[in-house]
Amino acid sequence: MPVVSTPTTLKHSAGAIDNTEVLRIRNDFPILNREVNGRPLVYLDSGATSQNPVSVIEAEQEYYEQRNAAVHRGAHSLAVEATDVYEAARETVAGFIGARTNELVWTSNATEAINLITYAFSNATAGRGGEESEPFVLKQGDEIVVTEMEHHANLIPWQELAFRTGATLTYLPVDDDGALQLERANTVITPQTKILAFTHASNVLGTINPVETLVAMAREVGAFVVLDACQSVPHLPVDVKALDVDFAVFSGHKMLAPTGIGALYGKAELLNAMPPFLTGGSMITTVTMEHAAYLPSPTRFEAGTQRISQAVALAAAVNYLQETGMDRIHAWEVELGQRLVTGLEQIDGIRVLGPGAGSERIGLAAFDVDGVHAHDVGQFLDDKGIAVRVGHHCAQPLHRRLGLIATTRASTYLYNTTDDVDAFLEAVAGVRPFFGVK
Amino acid sequence: MSSELQQLYQQIILEHAKLKHGAGLAEAPNGDAVGESHQLNPTCGDEITLRASVHSDGDERTLSSISWEGQGCSISMASASVLSEMARSMERDELMKLVDQFREVMRSRGSLEADEEILGDAAAFSGVSKYPARVKCAMLAWVALEEALLAAN
Repeated sequence: MPVVSTPTTLKHSAGAIDNTEVLRIRNDFPILNREVNGRPLVYLDSGATSQNPVSVIEAEQEYYEQRNAAVHRGAHSLAVEATDVYEAARETVAGFIGARTNELVWTSNATEAINLITYAFSNATAGRGGEESEPFVLKQGDEIVVTEMEHHANLIPWQELAFRTGATLTYLPVDDDGALQLERANTVITPQTKILAFTHASNVLGTINPVETLVAMAREVGAFVVLDACQSVPHLPVDVKALDVDFAVFSGHKMLAPTGIGALYGKAELLNAMPPFLTGGSMITTVTMEHAAYLPSPTRFEAGTQRISQAVALAAAVNYLQETGMDRIHAWEVELGQRLVTGLEQIDGIRVLGPGAGSERIGLAAFDVDGVHAHDVGQFLDDKGIAVRVGHHCAQPLHRRLGLIATTRASTYLYNTTDDVDAFLEAVAGVRPFFGVK
Repeated sequence: MSSELQQLYQQIILEHAKLKHGAGLAEAPNGDAVGESHQLNPTCGDEITLRASVHSDGDERTLSSISWEGQGCSISMASASVLSEMARSMERDELMKLVDQFREVMRSRGSLEADEEILGDAAAFSGVSKYPARVKCAMLAWVALEEALLAAN
């Protein structure tokens, strides 16, 4: 019987992460040993999806080899064990973000989590929730506010919700450098604002938004706050209670876990008052041919057989992150982020999006290469085994605002060394000469 | 630099990406059938609007003008440029066949050798077929021309 392995990084010192520790961490990630196009892989696309440590892969395998069964139904031993590990996973992941266990709902990913919220509002507006769901009813004149830097996942579901309910979608603009124009917030966030949805950390700019300031503004007008935490929960310590947001969403595959699992955090009193999004088996109390009554959160939002192995694997990923230490991971990635920006700024014809060297940013950098399209940049880097993201990074409005169509993005994680960043920088310096651009 | 990358970005492609023959939408000759097509690659935002006109003389139908505007990577821009050069004054049905032949090479994943006799400068794009993610870049202008010709019927 396979034993779930303990990460080799478990016995970390209290000090900062350094390259020596990263080399040990890398041993836990089999894929990082492979070659691409005859060169050792330099993986700088964790902002899109992260790689999995052995402990996560084995957790999923162990589940299938030892416990696989449908949860919350059936009285046999496997079903009990499966339910136990499934709910234990919820406790682990909820604890990771400072939430209570009944405040963490499994979803397929962050996109589904945001859609869940919007459809709950929609269903409340359609009268599908009773009195307790009154706060979620939207009407003509109500406003939903997002920002101009949002990922499409935190924009389009709100557009659709506005279309369905007659509410108006407005947004906090960014300036020429991509910074949120907070001085405009007072005119954008109004007494009509019912929802304020924004990203914690930008997947393009690398900025961390001032959650406290924005939450205070939302509270003043009685608006709900929805936080897109896709680029924060995997990379820095996040406590949803301390941030005092009403909802937060994140995806497992961006934090060392498999695809197919994500989570919605919501304050318990809100989740229990919201009508469900997906309906069907497992989320009900009493069903007749005409009606059904629903369980409280989180089960209320988990219709049908759930992503059990993925939830278990996500908990293993959280354990891995916690054993390494989120403070330490964040500090290391800040160092890598600064190294990226400092290096990129020294290369002719490169324009880095977002804050410059020395200013706060997470461990990623998106940039434009003057005269060379991002696809060509990505192809050139791939030839050297360097994996980056090219395109609009699901943020077309932000790119348009900055006068760009597509950019290249390098994004780091706890398994990247400074050598990875340096190899990337050296390669980027060769891009314009290769394409004959001066 | 790997030889595959050199094969992908042949000098002729890099040159065409800068020359951009046919760039700038032009008016079609009076009396000719005009068609236009807009093509978008949603993954990267590359786009092209291509205008083509067909002159009919009895049974003979020839391309009388081709022009385009757009933005994108060097592969898509070079491909539009090469196509504009090749297509000029070609017989309409021959041109449709050429698009099919180009598509076949592009989709071959490197298994088909492009015939320079037929494809001319466009044979330089055969290296693209080994990079499935880039085939759409190379095809963008060709698909636009195909659609424009159908619209100009």
